[in-house]
Amino acid sequence: MTNFTKVPQQVEEVLERQPDASRRDFLKKSGFLVVSFSAAAMGHSLLLAPAAGAQAAAASPPAGPYPDPDFRQLDSWIVIHQDNTATFYVGKTDGGQGTGTAFRQIMSDELDIPFEKTSLIMGATDITVDQGGSGGSDALETDGWPMRRVAAEARRVLLEMASQRFGVPVDQLAVSGGVITVKADPSRNVTYGELIGGKRFNVTLTGNNINATTGKAPIKPVQELKIVGQSPQRYDIPPKVDGSLHWAVDAKAPGMVHARNVRPPWAGAKLVSIDESSVRHLPGFIKVVSKGNYVAVVCEREEQAIRAARQLKVQWQKPAAAAFPGSEDLFRYMRNAKPTSVVRARSGQPQELVGDPDGAMAKAAKVIEAAYDYPFQGHTALGPAHAMADPSDGQMTIWSNDMKAYGLRTGVAAFLGMARDRVRVIWQEGPQLYGRTAADDAGFEAAYLAKEIGRPVRMQWMRHEETAWDVKGPAFTFNLRGGLDAQGNLIALEYHARTADYGHIGYNEPDTVLIAQLMGRRPAQPEPGGASGPSEMYYIPNRRTVTEVVSMPLVWESPLRTGNLRDPNGPQTTFAGESFIDELAAAANADPVEFRLRLLEASSEDDERFTRARSIAVIKAAAEAYGWDRRPSPKPRAAGTILTGRGIAYCYRRFTVVAEIAEVEVNRDTGHVWVKRLVCAHDCGLAVNPEALRRTIEGNLLHGLSRALYEEVQFDNEKVTSVDWITHPTLRHSDCPERIDVVLVNGDPNPNRPDLPHYGAGEAAIKPTVAAVANAIFDATGVRLRRVPFRDQRVRAALQSARA
Amino acid sequence: MSQITLQVNGKRHALEIDPGTPLLYVLRNDLGLRGPRFGCGLGQCGSCTVILRGAAVRSCVTPVSSAQGAEITTLEGLAQNGKLHPVQQAWIEEQVPQCGFCQNGQIMTAKALLDRNPNPSDAEIRKGMDGTLCRCMTYYRIQAAIKRAAQLMAAAREAADREVVA
Repeated sequence: MTNFTKVPQQVEEVLERQPDASRRDFLKKSGFLVVSFSAAAMGHSLLLAPAAGAQAAAASPPAGPYPDPDFRQLDSWIVIHQDNTATFYVGKTDGGQGTGTAFRQIMSDELDIPFEKTSLIMGATDITVDQGGSGGSDALETDGWPMRRVAAEARRVLLEMASQRFGVPVDQLAVSGGVITVKADPSRNVTYGELIGGKRFNVTLTGNNINATTGKAPIKPVQELKIVGQSPQRYDIPPKVDGSLHWAVDAKAPGMVHARNVRPPWAGAKLVSIDESSVRHLPGFIKVVSKGNYVAVVCEREEQAIRAARQLKVQWQKPAAAAFPGSEDLFRYMRNAKPTSVVRARSGQPQELVGDPDGAMAKAAKVIEAAYDYPFQGHTALGPAHAMADPSDGQMTIWSNDMKAYGLRTGVAAFLGMARDRVRVIWQEGPQLYGRTAADDAGFEAAYLAKEIGRPVRMQWMRHEETAWDVKGPAFTFNLRGGLDAQGNLIALEYHARTADYGHIGYNEPDTVLIAQLMGRRPAQPEPGGASGPSEMYYIPNRRTVTEVVSMPLVWESPLRTGNLRDPNGPQTTFAGESFIDELAAAANADPVEFRLRLLEASSEDDERFTRARSIAVIKAAAEAYGWDRRPSPKPRAAGTILTGRGIAYCYRRFTVVAEIAEVEVNRDTGHVWVKRLVCAHDCGLAVNPEALRRTIEGNLLHGLSRALYEEVQFDNEKVTSVDWITHPTLRHSDCPERIDVVLVNGDPNPNRPDLPHYGAGEAAIKPTVAAVANAIFDATGVRLRRVPFRDQRVRAALQSARA
Repeated sequence: MSQITLQVNGKRHALEIDPGTPLLYVLRNDLGLRGPRFGCGLGQCGSCTVILRGAAVRSCVTPVSSAQGAEITTLEGLAQNGKLHPVQQAWIEEQVPQCGFCQNGQIMTAKALLDRNPNPSDAEIRKGMDGTLCRCMTYYRIQAAIKRAAQLMAAAREAADREVVA
């Protein structure tokens, strides 16, 4: 049972305000909290009304402390209200992929209550259990399971209560739509609200950790799920469309002031002096705050802070050594660098070794080699980093779009030296998380400044700052070598990757977020970094797979700090792996689909998730949906300016398997590539909300397309020069394919199994897109692009040099 | 500081403010509107878009003084008498947004586009929307929603015409 000291204080206050004296007395006597009113009464802007999906307005935060809700209490997860509606409290956040809607679906289904009669609160550290927030596309794959189990447990407890009320065994009761009926006499019925509305379950759950949380009730077999598999509209969309949503950018508090950062003009520069008189006279000026190389300006109004940050005269000392090679020299640097480490393979060995690759290569009828390069890519969120922190009452409340709100709370508490239960984070919607807000720089900065100033502070980065200084997906170089026998079978494959991932930053760690680095606070050792090899199920009897990590000259305080960008290494490794498979298919004069199927079907060994069978299923499904005509690439050369072609790539990401086909038009004169059509066959197991899933996949595909065609962080020896949407181009409306086909596949050998799992779907589809586009360009032009991105100039140059 | 009068979503507001202040900050911080949002401050991305004198403009690079006296419509002002604008309706039916941060700009730009050109071709949609960026890459659904909105608006015009005739 929950210890009373763990009851959030504000819930006590809510109880004091309850008009129903008898209920209050009951609750007081019982000594436990009811959280059913807490969200609305506490002014959390996260409460979504059951039917309308409207959000309540944010109000001033009540004083703490803010202890952790106990995940072993059923009441921490589910509250049934007297009007027979339910509110679910989960420890996740939604990046706009509709996971919140999916959570409501799975929990409603297990609880047996209509979807429309439920609401969901997530990401508020003081009233939702800590499921870690978002990351790794684990929303349904991992965190969905305890949600289902606790909802099933609530249903079980309600049935027992009804059994006692009617004096009828549970197996003689029926439950539907939140109403329990005596089977033999349907006139005898009771709603969930009548049984427990506004009261506690007082049921203790078990489980060593939050992912293992469970009650006694089993979850339903897939065949009995009614709401899962339907596509209710996402509840977050109407308020996003009518302007009523309260975003994290909208957070306000009485007395709030505005802050902007002043970044070093050169990576690794040291602060020498600040001339505060350069801004002291400006209207609204409050303070320049600086520590180490961290500098921020605080003003009364937002535009005043922007102006003051621009005008502040700061003297910086340029570092003696170059911070990094220029982006044009990056891959040469990486290939020549001494690795900081070799990534240990799953076996614990520094390389993954299968068979005898050297011996097989020596016997091969044909050996081909290729090198690929993949640049640093940024998140470049449409809205720069932002947060608001309120230090009232000796507490710290942070309104943030941090996808890992729980980690932000812990990190900020450590950073500021505050007790953890004095800090809370209220997650609100924001621009594209995709890994960026797992290290919520602005949240730390706002909290630091709020503590310094003693007033609520809103921090927002500027465009140039976000594009240059956000966390980056690491650059890679690859060298691949493959051996084919006389029949065109792939008998040996060597894969050698290098990733510039040294110092990969963690999640909201108080010594790796940017403000900490600039202040000189850092861990004893940088993270070693790393990546796994390509994720495919090809049967290749002899293989060597090696991944090494290299470091840039400047490790700390660098705008090239690496972090997690939507599938952190997948687009890179799959670009190399699946481009090379295509090169081998071409060398074997084989159709690219057939060549891949042959490699998959060469073995019948499968894993417990049936990844091989499902790999074969998605490739076949993609080829069929596209109308793939079997022939080797490249296509016979055509006349005219526009060349067309198609390419396939496939991979898995954790347990989700995808195959994609891109159809391209390449302008021979300009080098411009238009991906006219995309097909994605996608197997993520049980699809909870197919329509929301389709849209997530579509966006993910185009995110991959943007990274294939445009995105690259450019820099000289001392600074990042990609600073806005001109110097860092992105996919636009005119680049959109005219047709996208998403095929949802269930390739499980027993597709009707009652325990069909729901796997992650937020990242898998971005993984093979770059390779599919490269393979399509090769099919169209006969020219192999081995360096990302495929901007016009680079494609034109490649076409010209092939012609020469 | 100057006295500036703004007409926003049908309401008049008198403000004492630096006339060079970008309209975006006045709308957000003084008038408490949440539709237009800061994306770049450079007029490059569109997330701050409002409709000013019938045209979609980037409020992050529009001095508040230049909006003096003109009618400004923000996302919050599109719905009329509690009924969503057909563009908003189409956005919901098509389930367009992912994170949704850019969608203010997408919706306002599409609204202005359809006001100019009630039946745009695919090429006209791509061209008209090209400067409005989405980093969740919802372009495919946005373009479908614009076509749907054009149909909804045509149907509404026809219904209105019938009413007039009747």
